[in-house]
Amino acid sequence: MTERLLTQSKAIAEAIAQEMERDPNVFVMGEDIGAYGGIFGATEGLLQKFGSERIMDTPISETGFVGAGIGAAMEGMRPIVEIMFADFTGVVVDQLINHMAKIHYMSGGTVKVPMVVMLAMGGGYGDAAQHSQCLYGMFAHIPGIKIVVPSSPYDAKGLMIQAIRDDGPVMYFFHKGTQGLGWMTPNPRATGPVPEEPYTIPFGVADVKRKGKDVTIVSLGLTLHRSLDAAEKLAAEGIEAEVIDLRTIVPLDKKTVIQSVQKTHRLLIVDEDYKSFGLSGELSAIVAEEALEYLEPPVKRLAVPDVPIPYSRPMEQFIQPSVEAIVKTARGLAAA
Amino acid sequence: MALSRKTTLDLYRTMAKIRAVEDRLGVVYYEGKLPAFDIAAGVVPGEMHLYTGQEAVATGVCAHLRKDDSVAGTHRSHGHIIAKGVDLKKMLAEIFGRKTGLCHGYGGHMHLFDVELHFGCGGIVAAGLPQAVGAALAMKKRKEDRVAIAFLGEGAANAGAFHESLNLAAIWKLPLVVVIEDNSYAISVPKTISTAVKSNAERGAAYGIPAVQVDGQDVIAAYEAAGEAVARARRGEGPSLIEAVCYRFRGHFEGDAEVYLPKGEKEAWKKKDPIVILGKKMKAQGWLTDAEAESIKAEMTALVAEAEAFARESPFPAPEEALENVFA
Repeated sequence: MTERLLTQSKAIAEAIAQEMERDPNVFVMGEDIGAYGGIFGATEGLLQKFGSERIMDTPISETGFVGAGIGAAMEGMRPIVEIMFADFTGVVVDQLINHMAKIHYMSGGTVKVPMVVMLAMGGGYGDAAQHSQCLYGMFAHIPGIKIVVPSSPYDAKGLMIQAIRDDGPVMYFFHKGTQGLGWMTPNPRATGPVPEEPYTIPFGVADVKRKGKDVTIVSLGLTLHRSLDAAEKLAAEGIEAEVIDLRTIVPLDKKTVIQSVQKTHRLLIVDEDYKSFGLSGELSAIVAEEALEYLEPPVKRLAVPDVPIPYSRPMEQFIQPSVEAIVKTARGLAAA
Repeated sequence: MALSRKTTLDLYRTMAKIRAVEDRLGVVYYEGKLPAFDIAAGVVPGEMHLYTGQEAVATGVCAHLRKDDSVAGTHRSHGHIIAKGVDLKKMLAEIFGRKTGLCHGYGGHMHLFDVELHFGCGGIVAAGLPQAVGAALAMKKRKEDRVAIAFLGEGAANAGAFHESLNLAAIWKLPLVVVIEDNSYAISVPKTISTAVKSNAERGAAYGIPAVQVDGQDVIAAYEAAGEAVARARRGEGPSLIEAVCYRFRGHFEGDAEVYLPKGEKEAWKKKDPIVILGKKMKAQGWLTDAEAESIKAEMTALVAEAEAFARESPFPAPEEALENVFA
């Protein structure tokens, strides 16, 4: 039997559908998640299957409906709330960081907030400064929120089911460029085998996507795809890159990263979020604290160089970590 | 019609100009993106929200504005900035991502800023309104007779920012005119399931703000309502709210399959084309002939062609310019 192939967006929608069938407490709220199927396809077909009582199109009222998600979760339901673009969290940061993240803690562990906030992130297609950010680093900074970033259809399904079943708040960031959407730049890695039955992938377990001995590349999202493309090019030059997909940022699988660095002695972090005060800095600090003696050349980071995402194509391409930049930087590390 | 021939003709010409830009962008946008649509490809990457069909609203409102009045637009703001009087060359160059554009290629179609016209817009729904409140606050503090306009979609009227802003504008008695363009849809979500009141004009009462609903396909109705509201603001009598009922003739963005539209709805609205409606009224008055209408259309098409040529011939910013302008 051949494996069934799905795009990442269809894998997410299937995960939600299966959990909705299993648990009547699961429902979805968000803008354009009904008839439209989600602007980035993550709820396609769900309205037809479950109706508008459980697949709820909302007004443009993020503070209201994310807050309502928190309230429903506190009452024991398991809402999935889509915020159309990660950028739009700007409207609702209070509910996310002061309430969703903290209620469990402030209540001394007595009140649970089992909800999933699903967000589309990332740029590279000319959508400029307010529709292209990743921002997972910002939310990972806030204690109390688990942060998931799937990079394959298989992971997208397993991580979504895990997120829905988690008893606390999870922010699930998918990259628009890894969804396998017909109107985005074609990406063969956005389609892959996905088992039909429900399954979970535990949080905090990175996936070594490619084994190698010469340099460790740590990434996630669309830059993970680019890292894998780069690793193929490096292999042709005789450089064996080990490529690690973090899958979740909170919790972070430090062990897998450190073990790889102990083997390769070289670390390149590729991240589409802003460079400073974020994921790439955190990983660098962890390696400095816990595995400095194994590092030969210093850590290298490729990330958005602390500028808003510019519109014009030459500028946007300049600030995005590219396959070419990954190859060049990894090559430099391997030679050092 | 109580308006003069000149005023009416100006309104007609502005609407024709907006239509010419949007019609052309509706073609140009697909250049390099087909046959398999790729949003990242082509001469104009990214999302594209065209104003086609709503021309009467921007035109009727902005006809009352001076260059120093401020306008906060939306994600669908080509009409607003054109009606405010933008240099089309700079506008198109921005949309083409060129260095000669209004924002030197940093902003693009959704983030058009024209500092001379006191115009700004952005991609976050309802976010322009509090900023318009701030512009109006500055005007009041400085005792100027300028006014601030905020354009919003009806979807924005359900955002917290809308309600907070109306209250602030009212308690501070600011020279602000809030214009809701009710095109019935927040992307795919119809107003009927998103909005608790039938008309957003009803919401003015909650903040003690005079509010009217007008036919947004009728530029004269929009012009007259805005005339009163702008004059009231300029006299220092406080904010007003106008709800203009209109329709977008294209999708939310280009590439929108519009699966959410009831059958026949768009076709029915297209019969209420604001340019045709005004043209008919003018013809009835003997103020416009078919030949004149054609010649205005040709003139605007030529103007757009000239602006497009300028945009295409303009250089792109250098890649490393991306690192500039982060801090003042």
